[in-house]
Amino acid sequence: MIHFKVSDREQISAIGTILTLVLALAAGMAAIGLIFILCNVNPIFAFRKIFSGSFGSIYGFKETLTKAIPLILIGGGLAVVFKAKFWNIGAESQLLMGAIFGTWVGLHWGPVLPSPIIVPLMFFAGFIGGAFWGLIPAILKLRFSINEVISTLMLNYICAEFLTLLIVGPWKSKKKFGFPYTDDLPDSAILSLLPGSRIHTATLILAVISVVVLAIVIYKTRFGYEVRVIGENPDAAKYAGIDFSRTTILIMVISGGMAGLAGVGEVAGIHHYLSYPDSISSGYGFTAIIVAWLAKLNPIYVIFSGIFFAGILVGGDAIQISLGLPAATVDVFNGTLLIFLIMGDFFTKNKVRLLLKERA
Amino acid sequence: MEEILISVVQRTLVAGTPLLLGTVGEIISERSGILNLGVEGVMAVGAVTAFIVTHHTGNPWLGLCAAIIAGMLISMVHAFASVSLQSNQVVSGLALTMLGLGVAGLLGKPYVGKPLAIKINAMPIPILSDIPWVGPVFFNQSPFFYMAVLLAIGTWFLLEHTLLGIRIRSTGENPKATETQGVNVSMVRYLSVITGGGFSAMAGAHLSISYSKSWIEGMTAGRGWIVIALTIFALWNPMRAVVGAFLFGGIFVLQYMLQPLGISPNFLAMLPYMATLLVLLVGGLRDSRRLNAPAMLAEPYRRGDR
Repeated sequence: MIHFKVSDREQISAIGTILTLVLALAAGMAAIGLIFILCNVNPIFAFRKIFSGSFGSIYGFKETLTKAIPLILIGGGLAVVFKAKFWNIGAESQLLMGAIFGTWVGLHWGPVLPSPIIVPLMFFAGFIGGAFWGLIPAILKLRFSINEVISTLMLNYICAEFLTLLIVGPWKSKKKFGFPYTDDLPDSAILSLLPGSRIHTATLILAVISVVVLAIVIYKTRFGYEVRVIGENPDAAKYAGIDFSRTTILIMVISGGMAGLAGVGEVAGIHHYLSYPDSISSGYGFTAIIVAWLAKLNPIYVIFSGIFFAGILVGGDAIQISLGLPAATVDVFNGTLLIFLIMGDFFTKNKVRLLLKERA
Repeated sequence: MEEILISVVQRTLVAGTPLLLGTVGEIISERSGILNLGVEGVMAVGAVTAFIVTHHTGNPWLGLCAAIIAGMLISMVHAFASVSLQSNQVVSGLALTMLGLGVAGLLGKPYVGKPLAIKINAMPIPILSDIPWVGPVFFNQSPFFYMAVLLAIGTWFLLEHTLLGIRIRSTGENPKATETQGVNVSMVRYLSVITGGGFSAMAGAHLSISYSKSWIEGMTAGRGWIVIALTIFALWNPMRAVVGAFLFGGIFVLQYMLQPLGISPNFLAMLPYMATLLVLLVGGLRDSRRLNAPAMLAEPYRRGDR
């Protein structure tokens, strides 16, 4: 009789980890192919379209890098909070809040301040906006023991409605033919692009620097050590005298703030005005959850997993257009890959042996 | 005035029905120790399956059955990850939500904007529905309403007064001790998650073949997440879930009632979500001690672990 024997795995080699990741992704892709077949979509055609759309051409790759910017920023922040097992599912609205704060600063002071002052100011405001929106669930958890998964999600809906309220109401432009948009940001508040692309270089550099700094903070400082201990062994953290409240608040400021930076980048780099929530962010806050997970919660690896998932977003747009598939197709990718990634974790944590003889 | 009041209460119960179904399902799952954050996705799958099957067969009851089966099947993903692979249940549940929303969107794409020729209509109960006031409010409802209330009472009875119920609860409180009693902890958890998924799918079916008769992407509109919050509000008790679900149904109705008063519709749309936070806030203030959650909620269990 065939049966499995499962035991703890003490250590796994780097190659073993990478191999499990690759196998998990491959298995996930196979499962997605199966779902495509069940939904009457030719999987080979769809995959080819997705990857040629995102990595197969210079134009596509530029788009992929553009979408990787918010994913790297948010994913880096999420890697930190997830390390402490604080489940921030609200990055989507922390991004929006950052966009709202940044846009306000840009619209008000953009006309009078030069670019080198207004741009940093907008990013600063965006960080504050995202951090403020991220602090709410942290405080709700610490003071009222409200589950952060629920509170961050509810805040997502609330913020999306709040943004819509602003753009159809007080912030609505008089120059946009009645469309629910704000005025355009003044030129000084608009980020310069890499020629021939939509890559807003300032945000890209900011994103890469941020995740490198975060990696140093997480792996080389006492604070980072505390974050890791809280996540791995909360009881030990308590006995070691680690201040749970302070750490939770700080990591949510970081995570929310980075999402806020992403929001400013999207508005000042791409859209140039505020519009409906789902056009400002195409689900970056949710995709970044998987970005962080694929990166094994290491902020450096977030750069690579961010580019990978940005590619899926760009490819997803490509198949929406060419195959007439709904926007939810990207959710299929995200959900399935996430499931296979956590399944892969099982094999890195446990030794599974296939036994072909009688059970002892 | 009287007619308005009756209609408000009636619509409150309609809006609360999917919340009640979902909450009761989540209570079963969480009582066995498995946190399932996939409700939103399973609801979407239920809604789209019910719609498609009803569209093709012309029989909404068949649509409902298909939805329940589909919901149970897709919930097995979470059961497998969290029970067999002892994965992190938060992440696995999120993945189920994404998968469910995605599959529902993909399957439902050709059906967007096509109204159904038939739906599950209100079913007045003879004699009882003739009682003034009470009759039209409680006994002239969609069958989903009767099912939700009966299932809530049934689940309460099951959990509190049957051997199976004791096994489900003790699996969530102390799986190791339960296993020594000869109970298959994994089996209990699998069945609880799958049953919970069936309930969530029913909630979704209510949205697409009874509450309305159409399918659009995002029609679950966060109800799956409100269900998770209601489960906490109900302190994992199906009878309290009845109160909570219809309270929230009232907030959904309030949203439409206040609109003619000139209040911003976007502000009103925030109400259910703000109310969710408020309810949890009050819960957090009331119970400074633990909220009485199942002791091993979201803790993976492996046989032979000490």
